[in-house]
Amino acid sequence: MKNVTIDVQHVTRVEGHGNILVKVESGEISRVELQIVESPRFFEAFLRGRRWYEAPHITCRICGICSVGHTCASVQAIEAATSIEISEQSTMLRKLLLNGEELQSHVLHVYFLAVPDFLGVGSVIPLASTHPDVVKRALRMKKLANDICAIVGGRHIHPIAVHPGGLTHVPRAEELLALKRRLKEARADLQETANTYRTLKIPDFTRETEFVSLKTVGNGEYAFYDGQIVSTLDRNPTNVSEYRERVIETVVEHSAAKHCRSAKSPSYMVGALARFNNNYDQLHPSAKDAAGALGLKPVCHNPFHNNTAQIVESVHVVENSIELIDTLLTRRLTEEPLVEPTRFGKGVGSTDVPRGILFHEYELDENGIIVGSNLIIPTGQNLANIEADMRAMMPGLLDSGMSKEEITLRLEMLVRAYDPCISCATHFLDIEWV
Amino acid sequence: MKPRIAIFSLTSCEGCSLAILELEDCLLDILGAVEIVNFREGMTERSWDIDIGFVDGAVSTPEDMKEIEHFRECSKVLVAIGACATHGGLNTLKNYQDESDYRKYVYGDQAARFPTIPAQPLSGVVDVDYQLPGCPMVKEEFLEFVKVVLTGRTWHLPEDPVCVECKRNGTLCLYEKGIMCLGPVTRAGCNAICPSYGAKCEGCRGVVHDEALKAAGINLREQYDVDLQDVLADLRMFGAYQEKTLP
Ligand code: SF4
Ligand code: SF4
Ligand code: SF4
Repeated sequence: MKNVTIDVQHVTRVEGHGNILVKVESGEISRVELQIVESPRFFEAFLRGRRWYEAPHITCRICGICSVGHTCASVQAIEAATSIEISEQSTMLRKLLLNGEELQSHVLHVYFLAVPDFLGVGSVIPLASTHPDVVKRALRMKKLANDICAIVGGRHIHPIAVHPGGLTHVPRAEELLALKRRLKEARADLQETANTYRTLKIPDFTRETEFVSLKTVGNGEYAFYDGQIVSTLDRNPTNVSEYRERVIETVVEHSAAKHCRSAKSPSYMVGALARFNNNYDQLHPSAKDAAGALGLKPVCHNPFHNNTAQIVESVHVVENSIELIDTLLTRRLTEEPLVEPTRFGKGVGSTDVPRGILFHEYELDENGIIVGSNLIIPTGQNLANIEADMRAMMPGLLDSGMSKEEITLRLEMLVRAYDPCISCATHFLDIEWV
Repeated sequence: MKPRIAIFSLTSCEGCSLAILELEDCLLDILGAVEIVNFREGMTERSWDIDIGFVDGAVSTPEDMKEIEHFRECSKVLVAIGACATHGGLNTLKNYQDESDYRKYVYGDQAARFPTIPAQPLSGVVDVDYQLPGCPMVKEEFLEFVKVVLTGRTWHLPEDPVCVECKRNGTLCLYEKGIMCLGPVTRAGCNAICPSYGAKCEGCRGVVHDEALKAAGINLREQYDVDLQDVLADLRMFGAYQEKTLP
């Protein structure tokens, strides 16, 4: 194929609006773009003038899938800016809430968005009649994940109870016990998920890249809620307040979302595979077993295995939630007042949400009014890496004798493997064109 | 023939579309009763012959303007789902700032490349048949709506304020703790979920009727020591009330 133009308008089964454009002229790849066409939303602008405590409830509305993740990063940034230290109980409840979202998002992504590709259908809907057990299993796990969020935070999409200083609600012991029972039952569903997944053929493609994620330094737990920034190329941890040392934002013509590079690489990957590659040692033993059974080993450079890493993390999240519930119940849940701010200044918060590491930064004036903000979203960070993968994949695809339709599907699958959340990604600040 | 359903998103977080997928217990039944013919987040196939079109998101760009007109033409019944679509939602917060300023703050000297218009609800541009408010919409209300409409009945939103549900739940009123809550002026239907999780109602379902707003204004002025600017800021959060003063 000497001249090929692949132009996918509105890639489906991703969150948000994006197009793929690939141009091959006389056998040479001339353009490879993942175009972000999502509407601009101006969150950074309209946060200005709002009150300090509103930031989590405003910024969770950036994205319906990563709502809890935005809440956690935002509330930590506000707490850093106001020198609030929350209780251990609050931290544990927030971690449990975030576990619910990690599980919810991974199940949604693996079953609803990615698996249809492997089974050659356009959506999960036909699977309801051809593979009813698979769909019911997915819904059962998704519901459990939702219920975790609902019991701790009030609901999954835009949690209510998280407030700077703690939480405005404490779940009852019976509710947590009931969740624990269901989490234990979910082990079998996850086992079946791994069994189903093992039968799918994951495209064979590798390209070395840098993986960036949070890490709990020392013998701590596998990082989601907080931690320090590490990468496969620079394992020295960086405090999240210094995130600009690790993440450099740039803007490109064809995308309404910023691209990112790191101090080490022109592009990098964030998300489940990045966390897995950086924090494998801290996974729960059952999650390590699942990784072994699925043949996933760190450091894995095949982006299609992001889905595999999501399954491994789901196993971890279920086990970690059981442990968190045990600890919360042993310590006994108590109603705690919100911790009050002692100053108003600047603060950064970071959470490793389903799609990867996320940063929120705010500046407050002396009355606690937000005067500036910067938000760095996982998909923005992955965009340059997705394009680099597409570029690296194209020659092999062109030589393979695949039809244009097959190549297009493969490129869409790659985009979906990253689980991009394009509505999150539209955000700009300090524009500088490259 | 099963009714042909489509789900679209304009400028939004797509949380309201995703909320449909969070009806796990009845998702398979819904899929049995209707045919989903267009849902970009969930499927590859797309058709434009639509009986009921659900739209989340506000009209906030020239592109949104074109799209909503197209959706309207293609959908026999058009339903606005969520605060963005019913009231403009959080997107309206930019409307209070100077347009060139907020564009510059976010896009620098490239502002011209990203066209935007003041955010408005769908009803500002096209005729909307039904409104399911909330940020996100209440998924149980969505389910009830689907049942009612599929059986040919007419749908009505609750006409009570959130306080009615809150009192029924036996929740201790937040005013007792000195917290200003928008429950008295906001349309019920969410089962007063925020107060039952210890947080004030932020008015995401819109103002229930003008009289409630008037009464609240009088009460707040006479009985409580609150800054009315704070009340107005709360009312703006989801586009519920966008005037400069309380009636
Ligand atoms: S109403 Fe709220 S949940 Fe629904 S799309 Fe808008 S921001 Fe998202
Ligand atoms: S807490 Fe709010 S919604 Fe509940 S009764 Fe009081 S004012 Fe009304
Ligand atoms: S209590 Fe108020 S803010 Fe909360 S969901 Fe109901 S209407 Fe919306």
